[in-house]
Amino acid sequence: MWKDKAMRLLMVSAASTSIFLVALIFIFLVKEAAPFVLTPGLRALLDRQWIPVSFVQEHFGILPLVTGSALVTGLSMLFTIPLSVLGAIYIAEIANPVEREILKPFIELLASIPSVVLGFFGLVVLAPLIKALFGLGTGLTALTGAFLLTLMAIPTVITLSEDAIMSVPRAYKDASQALGASDLQTIFRVIIPAALPGIIAAIMLGVGRVIGETMAVLMVTGNSALMSWSPLAPVRTMTATIAAEMGEVSFGSIHYQALFWIGLVLLAVTFILNIIAQRVLVRYGMMK
Amino acid sequence: MVETYPFPADTNHVITASRVNFFYGATQALFDISMDIPGRRVTAFIGPSGCGKSTFLRIFNRMNDTITGTRIEGEVLINGEDIYESGSNVVRLRRKVGMVFQKSNPFPKSIFDNVAYGPRIHGTHDRQQLAEIVEQSLIRSALWNEVKDRLETNALGLSGGQQQRLCIARALAVGPDILLMDEPASALDPKSTIRIEDLIGELRNEYTIVIVTHNMQQAARISDYTAFFYEGRLVEFNATKKIFTKPREKQTEDYITGRFG
Repeated sequence: MWKDKAMRLLMVSAASTSIFLVALIFIFLVKEAAPFVLTPGLRALLDRQWIPVSFVQEHFGILPLVTGSALVTGLSMLFTIPLSVLGAIYIAEIANPVEREILKPFIELLASIPSVVLGFFGLVVLAPLIKALFGLGTGLTALTGAFLLTLMAIPTVITLSEDAIMSVPRAYKDASQALGASDLQTIFRVIIPAALPGIIAAIMLGVGRVIGETMAVLMVTGNSALMSWSPLAPVRTMTATIAAEMGEVSFGSIHYQALFWIGLVLLAVTFILNIIAQRVLVRYGMMK
Repeated sequence: MVETYPFPADTNHVITASRVNFFYGATQALFDISMDIPGRRVTAFIGPSGCGKSTFLRIFNRMNDTITGTRIEGEVLINGEDIYESGSNVVRLRRKVGMVFQKSNPFPKSIFDNVAYGPRIHGTHDRQQLAEIVEQSLIRSALWNEVKDRLETNALGLSGGQQQRLCIARALAVGPDILLMDEPASALDPKSTIRIEDLIGELRNEYTIVIVTHNMQQAARISDYTAFFYEGRLVEFNATKKIFTKPREKQTEDYITGRFG
């Protein structure tokens, strides 16, 4: 009897570890970020400049970093969504078993490439290419980062979209074909609409993955914290800022607290994206 | 081998199958079936599970083509055209030969969009015209009065029986001559079943209906002709009255009297 109980306790604690850790991380973030609210006050975060170290006047505006992240993420989704959705349709509906057996492992392989390695690829191959192609002073731009992030988001979005497409009942397809619909008509008018909630959730999770990505964007986006919406300008994302500056910041300083605020904002964004994705999945019965 | 059928002299045979063999991979499912199905009549296929009646039905709109590894031998003519000829147009075939499935399968779309689906994929986009087709199809499938005020609501909110009548409306909307029904009432309650049977009775004057059924009483109630299949072979095909009163074959008699199946 006591063995059962001990085993049960062990498993409950193992299962709850993640809840505990998430709570701990959140508390830690808030605690480190809190003093910033008094001096210099949350208003300082809305500044349009991020100049955390200065002999004249420091600025802790995270807006350029937020726009940097938004620009890189948005651009990346512009490539990721069509590529992934079309790819998923091909794998789920059109590819024959042999093609599927070849394609799927490669997609999984793409997911397992460390982002630093992708960063190298970005620095050595992509950046010079973009520099030459657009005649720029530097190839380290938002676009370069977006390309790399696309490589990272594709496996997530493609795999989840494929699941969503595969889970559309066969009966819908039969009904459509029996009415004389071609394969493409069946795919675009019946299967995709039926799988859409799952595809949207997949995209949301892809966005979450992209926003949180650090290493590759740190390496290839140029790290210039200037507010800009140009894809061909260097930008700096929230994640890259934390990664680059956390090592050198003096512990407990206002700069240090500002970095924690960036972390909190990131956490909130990814949290909201995940909740939306879950809601969509539950609402349309794709997840119990 | 089945002998000549006692069709009236003026019978117009809409479907003619000659020496049909059918294979799922290496497994032969149908053996040397020849059969003429009369137009504007209800023909029922009966037989125990796995006897090949559904497989044979799905030959008439080439739905078996969607299953990989299947193969057919022999000749099937619909309105005189060889539907398995290499140049044959599957889309056109399926417009002329509608199908209703065992489990109702409306799309997760509005009632209107379900019925309008077929006309739309075949190129009708005029809203007025679509509305007319939808109304006519729903009237014919005896569903109009129940749904006319909620055409924009999701079809999945309908009851099982209503869903099946919606599927019939959807099939009618593309203007077929022939309706294939694969046990259309087997998943329904008795009351909904009777509604479907009544509906078949109303459609019989305008359409050639071929219905697969497990339910012998149903075959007796609604069909003009009945074909009995057993182990992939057509055992007997005759006027329904004859099959159920004076079957020629011993196997048929054993089946309809409930000795097996």
